[in-house]
Amino acid sequence: MTTHAPITNSGNAISQSAVLENLAEVRVMIRRRKRNDYLFSVIGLLALMVGLITLLTLFINLVMDGYPRFNLEFLGNYPSRRAAHAGLLSAWVGSILVMLVTFVSAVPMGVAAGIYLEEYAKKNWLADLIEINVSNLAGVPSIVYGLLALGLFGYILDLGQSILTAGLTLGLLILPIVIVSTREAIRAIPVAIREAAYAVGATKWQVVSQHVLHYSFGGILTGVIIGMARALGETAPLITIGALTFIAFLPPSPVTTTPPFLNFEWLSSGFTVMPIQMFNWLSRPDHAFHINAAATGAIIIVVTLLMNGTAIWLRYKMRKKIKW
Amino acid sequence: MDTTAPVKAESRNLSFFYANGNKALKNVSMPLYENKITALIGPSGCGKSTFLRCFNRMHDLYPGNSYEGQIVMHPDNTNILASGVDPIEVRMRISMVFQKPNPFPKSIYENVAYGLRVRGEKNKRIMDDKVEEALKGAALWDEAKDRLHDLAFNLSGGQQQRLCIARALATDPEIMLFDEPTSALDPIATAHIEELMSELRKKLTILVVTHNMQQAARVSDYTAYMYLGELMEHGNTNSIFTNPSRKETEDYITGKFG
Repeated sequence: MTTHAPITNSGNAISQSAVLENLAEVRVMIRRRKRNDYLFSVIGLLALMVGLITLLTLFINLVMDGYPRFNLEFLGNYPSRRAAHAGLLSAWVGSILVMLVTFVSAVPMGVAAGIYLEEYAKKNWLADLIEINVSNLAGVPSIVYGLLALGLFGYILDLGQSILTAGLTLGLLILPIVIVSTREAIRAIPVAIREAAYAVGATKWQVVSQHVLHYSFGGILTGVIIGMARALGETAPLITIGALTFIAFLPPSPVTTTPPFLNFEWLSSGFTVMPIQMFNWLSRPDHAFHINAAATGAIIIVVTLLMNGTAIWLRYKMRKKIKW
Repeated sequence: MDTTAPVKAESRNLSFFYANGNKALKNVSMPLYENKITALIGPSGCGKSTFLRCFNRMHDLYPGNSYEGQIVMHPDNTNILASGVDPIEVRMRISMVFQKPNPFPKSIYENVAYGLRVRGEKNKRIMDDKVEEALKGAALWDEAKDRLHDLAFNLSGGQQQRLCIARALATDPEIMLFDEPTSALDPIATAHIEELMSELRKKLTILVVTHNMQQAARVSDYTAYMYLGELMEHGNTNSIFTNPSRKETEDYITGKFG
C-alpha cells in the first residue's frame, strides 16, 4: 500500500480535518447501504434452505425407513405378498423400457419441432400462437395427458395398456420440455456464427446440421435428461392408462440371441414402473410394505438426482469447448 | 492514380428498407473498381454497413427487409439483388469478413475448409492444398501450419481475424467485403490486416467499411463518404482527403463532427 504525503498546501485546499470528517461520513453511508446487501443475502439463503432442507429431510427419512431393503435381493425379486420378499425387479425393468420408448418418441420429434420453430418457421401470429401453446403444454397437469393418452393410444389406436402406450404418453408429456430447451439452446448461438456460415454460401440445412445442432447439442441434451428425469417419476398418467400394479413377470427381452437379435413384443407387454410400485406398496395397510415404498422412493430420488447431475456435468463439459 | 480501372460491381439507385420501414439507404449509386480497395466512411448509423451487407444479401436472412434498385456485377451483368438470383450464389462470389472475429468453434483447418465443404468438396488433397493456399494468402500459414487441428479459439484476436479472412479467401471470391475488420483489434494486429488487404487487392476487389479515417486514407484507393443513408461523395482517396468537393465531407474528415 502506498501512503500519500499529507496535504500541506492548506492555503487553497480543503482543510485536513474537513477531509477526515467527510470520509467518516462516507464510510457510515457505505455501511448503511451495504446493510441491504447483507439483509438480502440472508433472506435469499433462507429461501434456498427451505427447499433444500425439506428435500434433504424427506430423503434422509426415506433412506432410514427403507434401509432394511437396500440389497440386491430387493432389486432382483418380483413383487410378493410377503413384504420382506417383495422386490422391485419388474418395476425398474418396466421403468427402463418405458423410458426407452419415451426417449425414442419425444427426442427426435421435440428437437425437430424446436429447430423448425426457431430456424424455419416464419415469424407471424401463427408462430406466436404455437409458441404460447407449447409453453402452456408444459404446464398442463400430467393426469390430463393420461386421459388424452387413454383415449388416443389406448382406444383409438388400440395399443392397449402396454409399454408402448405408457412410453408414448410420457413422450407427449416431456415433448414441450424438449422443444423449449431445444429452442433455448439454439437461441444461445450467436448471430455472428450463423452469419459467418451463411456468408460462405451455406444453405439453411447446412447451417442447421453442421452448426446449429452441433453447438446446441449440450443444451438440448440437458433438456432431454431433465425431461426424462421428470418422466421417470410420473405416476398419475400411467395409472390413468391402466398400468398394472402387481406384475410377477418381465416383458419379453428386446434383445434376443437369434437373428434378427431384436424383438418388439415387449412393446405390447403389460408393465409397472417404480413410482406405481411405490404407490401400490404405500397403499397397503401392512407397515412392512411401507419399508419397501420408502426404499423405492429413495431409489427414484437418487436416480433422478443422478440424471440431473449428469445433465449439469454434460452442459459444463460441452460449454468448455465452445467460447463465444 | 488511374481512373480507368474496370468496374467490378456497381450499385444503381440502391435503396434499402429494414423490416420496420426505416429507409436506411437512399438511391446510392456507386462503382467498385476491379482490384481496388473502396472504403466506406461516415458517422455511425449512416448506412455504410447496411450498404456493405447488401452485396452478399445478408439482409435476406431477416424477414421483412427489402431492396430497391440494383447491384450489378461485371462482366456478367448480373443484378445480384434480382429475385431470381439465389443469395447463396451471390455469397459464393462475394465473401465477407466481419467486425468481430467469428471463427466457428472448430479446428483451424475446418474453419478454412468450411466454404469448400459447403460446396461438396470431398477430395482431401484438393482441400489440403486450398486450405494451405488460403492460410498463406491470409498470412497465417507460418503461425498455424503446426496446429491446424487446434481449436480456432486458441488463436489470438488478430490471428482469428486473419483466419476469418482465410475462410473467406478459400473459395476464391471475386469481391471481399470487410465490415470494420479491425475495430476489435490492437494496433499491431490492425497493421497486419491492413497490409494483408493491400496484398489481397492483387487478386480481388475489396469493399471495406471503416470508422477509422486514417485507415481509409492508408489502405483504400477510392473512398465513399456516406451520411444519413445517402452517398455524399465518392472518388479517388487522395482527392477526397486532400480536396473534398463537398463541405460535409470536409467537415467529417477534418473531425468537425462525427
